[in-house]
Amino acid sequence: MKYQQIDQYAAKISQEKRAAVYDGSKSGYDSRLKALFTQYQNPDDLRRLAGRIKQHTIENLDTYLPQVEARMQANGVKVHWATDGEAACREVLAIMQARQARKIVKAKTMVSEEIELTPFLEKNGMECLETDLGEFIVQIGHDHPSHIVKPIIHKNRREIATLFEKNGLGDYNDEPEVITRRARQYLRQKYLEADIGLTGANFVSAESGRIVLVTNEGNSRFCLAATKVHIALIGIEKILPRDRDLAVFLNLLARSGTGQQLTVYTEFIQGPRSAAQPDGPEEMHVIFVDNGRTDVLASDCREILRCIRCGACLNVCPVYRQASGHAYRSVYPGPVGAVLSPLLAGKKFPELADLPKASSLCGACNEVCPVNIPIPDLLLRLRDRGKQEGSEAAAAGMPPMGGYAILASQPAAWKTALALGGIANHVPTPLLPQAAKTWVETRGLPPWRGGKFRAWMKNHRKTS
Amino acid sequence: MSESREAIFSRIRGALQPLHDRAPYPEYPDNVATLAGAGAAADLWTAFKVRTQLVNGLAFDNVAALVDWLREKKHLRGYCDPALWAEIGGSFGDDFHVERVFDRSQIDTYQFGITHAAGALAETGSVILKDATTASRLAALAPWVHIAVLKREQIFPDVAAAVRSLGSDPNVIWCTGPSKTADVEGILIQGVHGPGVQITVLA
Ligand code: SF4
Repeated sequence: MKYQQIDQYAAKISQEKRAAVYDGSKSGYDSRLKALFTQYQNPDDLRRLAGRIKQHTIENLDTYLPQVEARMQANGVKVHWATDGEAACREVLAIMQARQARKIVKAKTMVSEEIELTPFLEKNGMECLETDLGEFIVQIGHDHPSHIVKPIIHKNRREIATLFEKNGLGDYNDEPEVITRRARQYLRQKYLEADIGLTGANFVSAESGRIVLVTNEGNSRFCLAATKVHIALIGIEKILPRDRDLAVFLNLLARSGTGQQLTVYTEFIQGPRSAAQPDGPEEMHVIFVDNGRTDVLASDCREILRCIRCGACLNVCPVYRQASGHAYRSVYPGPVGAVLSPLLAGKKFPELADLPKASSLCGACNEVCPVNIPIPDLLLRLRDRGKQEGSEAAAAGMPPMGGYAILASQPAAWKTALALGGIANHVPTPLLPQAAKTWVETRGLPPWRGGKFRAWMKNHRKTS
Repeated sequence: MSESREAIFSRIRGALQPLHDRAPYPEYPDNVATLAGAGAAADLWTAFKVRTQLVNGLAFDNVAALVDWLREKKHLRGYCDPALWAEIGGSFGDDFHVERVFDRSQIDTYQFGITHAAGALAETGSVILKDATTASRLAALAPWVHIAVLKREQIFPDVAAAVRSLGSDPNVIWCTGPSKTADVEGILIQGVHGPGVQITVLA
């Protein structure tokens, strides 16, 4: 019996790692609940409103994108467009070369992970250093982030301390405070030496052309205080129509992601530094990245483009908690990733078509989503697509259902089967039909109760 | 480059063309996400103080109280915006060494940095910094202690009001407490890359 890949991965992770992921995601979920439900009377209305604002935006990208481009240019920003990941990487490289730059300091951006920017730049002789503490630890450990908000949720302090020791960042010490101070000391020199600060954007206002960045550590501020050039890599779906919408989304994002009222730093960036300011970029570039997003827009799953990457659906998901982020084999894990990753994969969709099946469809992800994305519905649509395209990955772990289909379509055969089904209670597992065997390999089979409903229905008709 | 732009736009048009009814922009009141009562506080400074303390920020009613605190913590070396120093420098004693030019090759020698606040937010306890009023971005960021000097009439009641007043400054930052992380095992550590202590003082 071939299990789905995500199950195979989940079965192999250590108890320690499972506990780390479980505790980390559960605490994220708890603080979200507290922040939203003690502070608002009806947080669900707010989620729905935010969902409608975003749905409107993505359905009108043909209006908003030219608008935001014009505003940015008027603000002194150079705007670039990249159809795919490689094109985006090349745009970054071209800007570096034009500036004779060699070193980038980078704040956390999921798009840069998605387009594999760092390996590309390194191949071209450039330096690209992560500055978010979690992402920095991922980078020196040659690892991958396993959560979109808490990249090292899967690591404990001992692993981190060992990594620091190996990388010449002091003797072994696993105190979180010592780890943090050492990173502070090391990275502040790096900011000052760097030529370019690279960030993503959490939101972009079409009205003002402002980009908004939210962080807790202050690394993106440092990137934009110490360097002379700012590059922002932005997915084309990050737009909001008006500045006033920012108030709604900032309030929701921090509460949903980390249970904060606001993140520590909310930065509104509208262009290069002002003339009197001695520090910060004199040049600002925005690279709008498609990389599969227009395909998602054309699909029947376009709602996923509302996502603001808060991580709430990861934290609440029973599958994510058990399997961890790396089990999803892609940059975006958890429920959002189970929808987005196969869609963004383009031609490689069949390879990731098993991800939409990594869900019990319990609906918790939809309930916590600050933009009310109907994730379970989207998962079902993608399961269907996986089946239509005959994806092998999607078929793994599926019991053969042919016999069931015959029974279910012929009432007489169904009735006979129900009458005989009781035998199953006494059949040893190896002799069970394949479909039932698949089930009992990982769970118990309930005692056969076939025919009970029909009997009940008969009695019910008589008495009523 | 313009080819990529055209390619993306034509795909967007193609994707949206089959949609007959596009979702409308929903109407909603500006204060839809504002905390109940946030705008109603009679004294916004007091409301701000309560909120900023909830996120581990410090607030002082006057410069004298700030100076006492700095002395107690032995934070005697720092930077101050030259224009501000002309106003408040008199409250600092001879035991302080305060520079009015921020030297980026010496960032670790400054224990504190004093700059103007462009405003504050009572609802969240955030202090607002802008390029126009911050003498040096680095000075407001690199030292362990950042001190923002605020005027009472610059406090906005809530997030929605502060968003309405973003203006045209290229770099507006809301600081809500000290820099922090919980990346290592979810344990809260303050002072990651930015200030470990965030202070607002009325002057
Ligand atoms: S899908 Fe919703 S809950 Fe999940 S990360 Fe995106 S916005 Fe957050």
